Amino acid sequence: MSDLELGPERRDAASPEHRGMILRYTAGERTNHWMVAMAFVLAALSGLALFHPALFGLSGLFGGGPWTRILHPFIGLAMLLAFLPFALRVGSENRMQPRDWAWLRQYRDVVMNREDRLPEVGRYNAGQKLVFYAIVLCLTGLLLSGVAIWRAYFSIYFPAVVVRWGAVLHALCALVLICTIIVHIYAAIWVKGSVEAMTRGRVTRGWAWKHHRAWFREIMTRAANSRPRPD
Amino acid sequence: MALQSLDIVRRSATTSRSPQIREPSGGREVAKLIDTTKCIGCKACQVACMEWNDLRDEIGTNIGQYQNPADLSANTWTLMRFAEVENSKGDLEWLIRKDGCMHCADPGCLKACPSPGAIVQYANGIVDFQEENCIGCGYCIAGCPFDIPRISKKDKKVYKCTLCSDRVAVGLEPACIKACPTGALVFGTKDDMKQHAAERIEDLKSRGFEQAGLYDPAGVGGTHVMYVLHHADQPHNYVDLPADPRISRAVLLWKGFSKPLGLAVMALTALAGFFHYIRVGPDETDASDEAAAHELAKRLEKAP
Ligand code: HEM
Ligand code: SF4
Repeated sequence: MSDLELGPERRDAASPEHRGMILRYTAGERTNHWMVAMAFVLAALSGLALFHPALFGLSGLFGGGPWTRILHPFIGLAMLLAFLPFALRVGSENRMQPRDWAWLRQYRDVVMNREDRLPEVGRYNAGQKLVFYAIVLCLTGLLLSGVAIWRAYFSIYFPAVVVRWGAVLHALCALVLICTIIVHIYAAIWVKGSVEAMTRGRVTRGWAWKHHRAWFREIMTRAANSRPRPD
Repeated sequence: MALQSLDIVRRSATTSRSPQIREPSGGREVAKLIDTTKCIGCKACQVACMEWNDLRDEIGTNIGQYQNPADLSANTWTLMRFAEVENSKGDLEWLIRKDGCMHCADPGCLKACPSPGAIVQYANGIVDFQEENCIGCGYCIAGCPFDIPRISKKDKKVYKCTLCSDRVAVGLEPACIKACPTGALVFGTKDDMKQHAAERIEDLKSRGFEQAGLYDPAGVGGTHVMYVLHHADQPHNYVDLPADPRISRAVLLWKGFSKPLGLAVMALTALAGFFHYIRVGPDETDASDEAAAHELAKRLEKAP
């Protein structure tokens, strides 16, 4: 399709700045994110069905106990597979910097919405970075322990003591991951405009300025540099 | 439901109470007593088990011992294990142990199982798998301190000795007991079996087996399958019979208080979010933020 057919508006849609809105996530990144999210929800529901008798009823969502047991590890692997490219994309933006530790120390200002008192934030704030590392660690733990307790294919290759502690580790990593994602989801509801960033891809200038000023500065500087200078 | 004459006292993955109004007057706990000192390793019991339960294992290969098949399986619920041990006098002892489910009073399999009613314990002490409720996760295998349950390749369900719960329910003794030609296997109430064992042990001691004794390990609350051993001080000599079997600490941690605690932590995390929203409210951007953003953008445009 040529640019003309798309019209002037669509032609700009992929550029960083468009009608005053800033591109935060490309269509590819959004698709990837929601694949991870769907796999997580299914993995968590099917896992929780076996986690506690009170939740065994969740196995009905997957076609009963045996199907839950069969499907869960594959859904878990799907989440891992979906998360890998996403992690490679956003990983470098999640390195902790000195200003992130300062941000964390001021957690009271964070939870009380006193953002004006906080150090400037890059593309991701310290909380988002910690969520990223928690997911990386938990998924690694879930994979290693999940293989050991996967009775249908792998458990016979592990001694009983490894399978037993593997089950403990798996349940623990699942618990930490689920709590992390609850925090992640709540943060998206709390900070208005975040959900749009991941559904529509764009955020307002005000949003970027308020929540991720260092990133905003970077985007604006780059945009200014690439524009033809009016003399 | 299982046979009415077998009241269920414990049920896997069930936090509410089992039906328990009946108080059977004669319904005491039962036990199978295996007297290793009388066993001649003829495997009549092994065959009787196959016959009664309609089980046929694959024809295996000779592993250089009388033990055949080589291990317990979904189709072999009891197995004679043969150990050749040199005793302190330098003599060879041929120790033969009938292996199979011990029917623990405190069963690790039942504790570990996540599927409601896949494993039950009857009032008479028998621990039974209800395969129609089994989801095939194998948690019970991790839970068992004796390495007994085996998962079937055919249907991905777990099987083990039922102590012939179907026969016991109608007043018969287990098939293996019926078949034993030497009286090494006896069945009755647990009290009677303990008394019978005590007499046997006294006899053995009088004949030079100083360390003869009963194997009824307290670590799992006692068992409903017990052994008379000539060397009760060396259970491991009977092909790795554990000296002090217990439900693993990992399993107790995994299935104990940590589960309700885990649920509470998840619920509290979600509640914390909800009440944060109610008390502090959302973090929004308004016109002043937009204006400030434009201001900054303009400055950057002028002096890139
Ligand atoms: C990385 C790939 C994963 C693999 C290979 C895996 C494998 C397994 C296996 C084999 C089981 C035992 C039940 C069964 O056989 O189905 C299990 C249980 C479980 N899984 Fe996973 N899993 C993975 C990822 C996840 C994820 C992403 C979650 C989400 C939070 C999760 C949560 C759970 C929970 C809560 C249980 C029940 C634990 C318990 O019984 O205490 N797993 N998993
Ligand atoms: S394999 Fe079956 S009996 Fe064993 S723990 Fe899982 S559901 Fe329970």
